[in-house]
Amino acid sequence: MISISNISKTFGQIAALSNITLEIPAKQIFGFIGPDGAGKTTLFRLITTLMVPDSGAILVNGFDTVKEYRRIRMFTGYMPGRFSLYMDLTVEENLNFYATIFGTTLEKNYHLIKSVYSHIEPFRKRLAGKLSGGMKQKLALSCALIHNPEILVLDEPTTGVDAVSRKEFWELLHELKQKGMTIVVSTPYMDEAAKCDTIALVHKGRLLETDKPGKITGSFKEHLFAVSGENQFRLINDLRNYQPGVSAYLFGQAIHLSFNTKPDINHLKMHLAKSGHGDVKVEPIMPSVEDCFISSMTSSGNH
Amino acid sequence: MNSAGKIIEVKDMVKKFGQFVANDHLTFDVYRGEIFGFLGANGAGKTTAIKILCGLSLPTSGEIKVAGYDVYTGREQIKTRIGYMSQKFSLYEDLTVKENIRYYAGIYGLPRREINIKTKTLLERLNICNIANTLVREIPLGWKQKLAFSVAVFHDPELVFLDEPTGGVDPIARRQFWELIYEATGHGITVFVTTHYMDEAEYCHRVSIMSEGKISALDTPENLKKQYHANDINEVFVKIARNN
Repeated sequence: MISISNISKTFGQIAALSNITLEIPAKQIFGFIGPDGAGKTTLFRLITTLMVPDSGAILVNGFDTVKEYRRIRMFTGYMPGRFSLYMDLTVEENLNFYATIFGTTLEKNYHLIKSVYSHIEPFRKRLAGKLSGGMKQKLALSCALIHNPEILVLDEPTTGVDAVSRKEFWELLHELKQKGMTIVVSTPYMDEAAKCDTIALVHKGRLLETDKPGKITGSFKEHLFAVSGENQFRLINDLRNYQPGVSAYLFGQAIHLSFNTKPDINHLKMHLAKSGHGDVKVEPIMPSVEDCFISSMTSSGNH
Repeated sequence: MNSAGKIIEVKDMVKKFGQFVANDHLTFDVYRGEIFGFLGANGAGKTTAIKILCGLSLPTSGEIKVAGYDVYTGREQIKTRIGYMSQKFSLYEDLTVKENIRYYAGIYGLPRREINIKTKTLLERLNICNIANTLVREIPLGWKQKLAFSVAVFHDPELVFLDEPTGGVDPIARRQFWELIYEATGHGITVFVTTHYMDEAEYCHRVSIMSEGKISALDTPENLKKQYHANDINEVFVKIARNN
């Protein structure tokens, strides 16, 4: 378990984290969801004892990240956002290096990393610098797992990775969770939120919400509709001008339109027909985590 | 798509690095005024293809024309007629907003008077006059991205390449960015875009999906979903990539 109490961290003029308090339960996948600049990386560096907070405290399995950092490092695995293995060592050499640091060997702990490492094992003699993005990521995860950590901290492991590799990566995380590992992960992809047990929505150093993904989407207060028509760009502008208290955002194939109060959809359809939108579909929908994020961002005046 | 003609014509494009075939007989066209989504898994060969289309690298074989010029003989002409923006590098962090605009406009040979007039219009349109003299490093990522796009199309190119333009930005900024793209296509520019956000593929007029050096699918998002019996482009993408 990780207890974060009243953590703040400032870099010059910029408040990277402002008074963050939350608990990360053991043996869960806990996701920090937010765009660049939300403070995810700073928080992860604090949790992994690589940085000292300005104020507040973090306990990792009961150990203080400032006073007892050595203990924490023994049972924590960290995969930084930027690839930080040795490019001029081979896959195998990188793994051996990390194993040695933690006083173990690749042979001894092979079973721990097998499910991840088997994907890149055929390339074990290749230099890490010559691997593709997806393979680098699997090597970095293997290195973070080699000492059998209880807690695994992954900073944006799926950023810039294609949709298929992302899916595979999440399957791997679920396998690790089954083995009893606590996984703390961050992502800018809102659709990955559903793969976590608990999520924290973060933006500009502040916590917008923390809960189970289903609870967050379940507490969405507005009335939400998917609207689709011929000319999405003209349609979105007309929807925004329809009446006060509406917001409209592009969501792939449809525009998501939300109202503060229960709307008269027939009236809306007539209004759109008058504005020259012929065949417009309007359907009530359930919100996604991304809808909730946008709504929290706008209501907290963070935008 | 329409009678306005083709701005990119690619026939049997091959690019090899030693034994490795990065682009394996690609054939496709991009029409003037369309938003063309160029998708594919990491390592599928997208970047290699884009470099050739931008005139930065020569193909091993094939017939390729961009904006009417041959990629073997007209690379310099191609460069003046296209714009390019990538998430990784687009603006100089240690120059101000205004200096970045002036620098890019200068490279494309715009006269100073025109640069001044257009800079003013641009700053007003993006509503960022107050940060004109701020270093780019100090402005929020969402603004940077809008600015980077505006700088990439400042010289009024016929075609703009956007390489993962929305990585990392917040969900509202990401959507505002796409509205900026729509607006630009309204003025006639052609957009060639790559992205890992599959919802963004839905905003494209046509989408191609590359896999292991080949184009595995190319059609409108609607038709692709029908063809692959998928609810969205993400499903189409996963089906194609898993099949290979």
